[in-house]
Amino acid sequence: MASNDSALVRVANLKKHFPIRRGVFQRTIGWVKAVDGVSFEIKRGETLGLVGESGCGKTTVGRTILRLYPPTGGRILFDSVDVTALKGETLRRLRPRMQMIFQDPYASLDPRSTVGELIAEPLLIHGLADRQGRRERVKQLMELVGLNPAYLTRYPHEFSGGQRQRIGIARALALNPEFIVCDEPIAALDVSVQAQVVNLLEELQEKLELTYLFVAHDLSMVRHIADRVLVMYLGKMMEMSERDELYDNPLHPYTQALLSAVPVPDPVVEEARRRIILQGDVPSPANPPKGCVFHTRCPLAIDVCRQAEPEWREFTPGHFVACHRAQEIARKEVVVH
Amino acid sequence: MPPLLQVSDLATRFHTPEGTVHAVNGVSFELKEGETLGVVGESGCGKSVTMLSLLRLIPQPPGEIARGEALFAGRDLLQLTTDQMRQVRGAQIAMVFQDPMTSLNPVMTIGRQISESPVEHLGMNQQQARARTIELLQLVGIPDAEKRLDDYPHQFSGGMRQRVMIAIALACNPQVLIADEPTTALDVTIQAQIIELVKRLRAELGMAVIWITHDLGIVAGIAQRVQVMYAGYIVERADVKELYANPRHPYTLGLMGAVPRVDGRHSHRLANIQGRPPDLLTEPRACPFAPRCPFSIEQCWQENPALREVGPRHAIACWVDVTKEDVGRGF
Repeated sequence: MASNDSALVRVANLKKHFPIRRGVFQRTIGWVKAVDGVSFEIKRGETLGLVGESGCGKTTVGRTILRLYPPTGGRILFDSVDVTALKGETLRRLRPRMQMIFQDPYASLDPRSTVGELIAEPLLIHGLADRQGRRERVKQLMELVGLNPAYLTRYPHEFSGGQRQRIGIARALALNPEFIVCDEPIAALDVSVQAQVVNLLEELQEKLELTYLFVAHDLSMVRHIADRVLVMYLGKMMEMSERDELYDNPLHPYTQALLSAVPVPDPVVEEARRRIILQGDVPSPANPPKGCVFHTRCPLAIDVCRQAEPEWREFTPGHFVACHRAQEIARKEVVVH
Repeated sequence: MPPLLQVSDLATRFHTPEGTVHAVNGVSFELKEGETLGVVGESGCGKSVTMLSLLRLIPQPPGEIARGEALFAGRDLLQLTTDQMRQVRGAQIAMVFQDPMTSLNPVMTIGRQISESPVEHLGMNQQQARARTIELLQLVGIPDAEKRLDDYPHQFSGGMRQRVMIAIALACNPQVLIADEPTTALDVTIQAQIIELVKRLRAELGMAVIWITHDLGIVAGIAQRVQVMYAGYIVERADVKELYANPRHPYTLGLMGAVPRVDGRHSHRLANIQGRPPDLLTEPRACPFAPRCPFSIEQCWQENPALREVGPRHAIACWVDVTKEDVGRGF
């Protein structure tokens, strides 16, 4: 089944537009272009961090790749197979190989099912293993994610947020997936618990050779966990590169502003830091600005940015950016402030 | 000069059907004029309840302020009558909450909500209050203040709503602003705007700020002094640079090791504080952090350590006293 292609997931010009409906007849009066032309690949065993602020389309990218939403346009290749238009039984057969870990461990687990039932559910749905086999597998999974298998018959409300997220992870692992979309898996957790869950995700990746798409708004944690990082804004790709290159040499003014906005837990560094404060708010994705979508908040915007959408190009090997002024920024001829 | 606010041995409990929750267990601290005090801790550590207790905003029942004293301008806030307290709240001590959507009244214009307290506390008439409101909206950086006065909260974005909340809090020139995770619900670029705003306002208006957060990064940039809370206790307190350079309580050390840095290279593994905080249904007799502490000794399981000085203006509640160098063999 596995091919020689080093990319497990390939996404080309992916689009997901949601209709805006009004009135009694629910006529479509417009479109929210949640994801509007996104292309990237994720290599086997790699973690791609996908970052951006609310409404940038990062969650929609993850869900569309998993085919939880039908894409509006573009192609999704999983293990070299085009899965963009799969339906019915063929799509069902694909599902075990790609799974998702959700943001809210309080909302994503059925409160009336026991932990054992919750973790066994994917096995049951896909008809894997008999009753005894399922029980064994559930216990094994609970141990794998650091839950006491003796708690098999307990209900979600008896667990803390971090433990519930472990249940969610065990569920996602039940079918031995190759690819997992982690959708803000730690956003709802306390700081000390976030570290526990991230450590667990890293251990599991190593042990089970997993490939992750790690969707998050926490840029510090993404720097910790991701190998490469993609920055999105209003449904578009702004910048993508290997992790340290992106954090050390950001080219896009948006990436620069985003990184400079993240507080650093060090008062000496904070005192000396120059912060780029972006003016205003993110525009509505139902009515994105013409030209470069970031121009309304960009401190470096010039006429061309208001008129033409910047091309997505490989600026240096492996470092992609969509900005008219990337060259000047790289040469430090202009500085964002 | 005496401190602006001096809190001694404050304890707050909640009587719930499951039992009595000991949310705050004898907290003492002071706030000086014009300073920013950062209060750091995770959910349930008592950081918000401490401040709500001072402002007497704890619903009683089920809440109960069991003991303590909170001296503000020579008066004990905990002994004031409801009317006296109302004069303090909003006018002298104001608070900004985490969620600007649920804190604003959705069916009242922004202008009316901001002018409410100048009318109430400063006895302004409608015209004066309107002028004050415009001035406040400009102060917190809302463009076209005059036009936005008659808008409703839903017409504002999350960041703008938080600016409105800050305008309401500042309406009567309070001496103390308590900010309870005011940026947690906001995106990072908007968070940066709000942090800059509060820093500027503090400098311009000379008020003291208490900033409650779980984010060690925010505190590093905004506070002069920091206190770390755990299980209803202050477990460490120091000047901001001292705390980050020489954390001495195992919990503080663990927290600092648990957060990666946006400006730092990948470290192999994040510090793992095992387990979770106690449920506080019984008042801790021993050190509340002992069950999660890799450095605990016999004494930690028997006696609850009091806050003690370990350096200039640096105190910890710990029997062991560890330093950064010990982290490797701990978490």
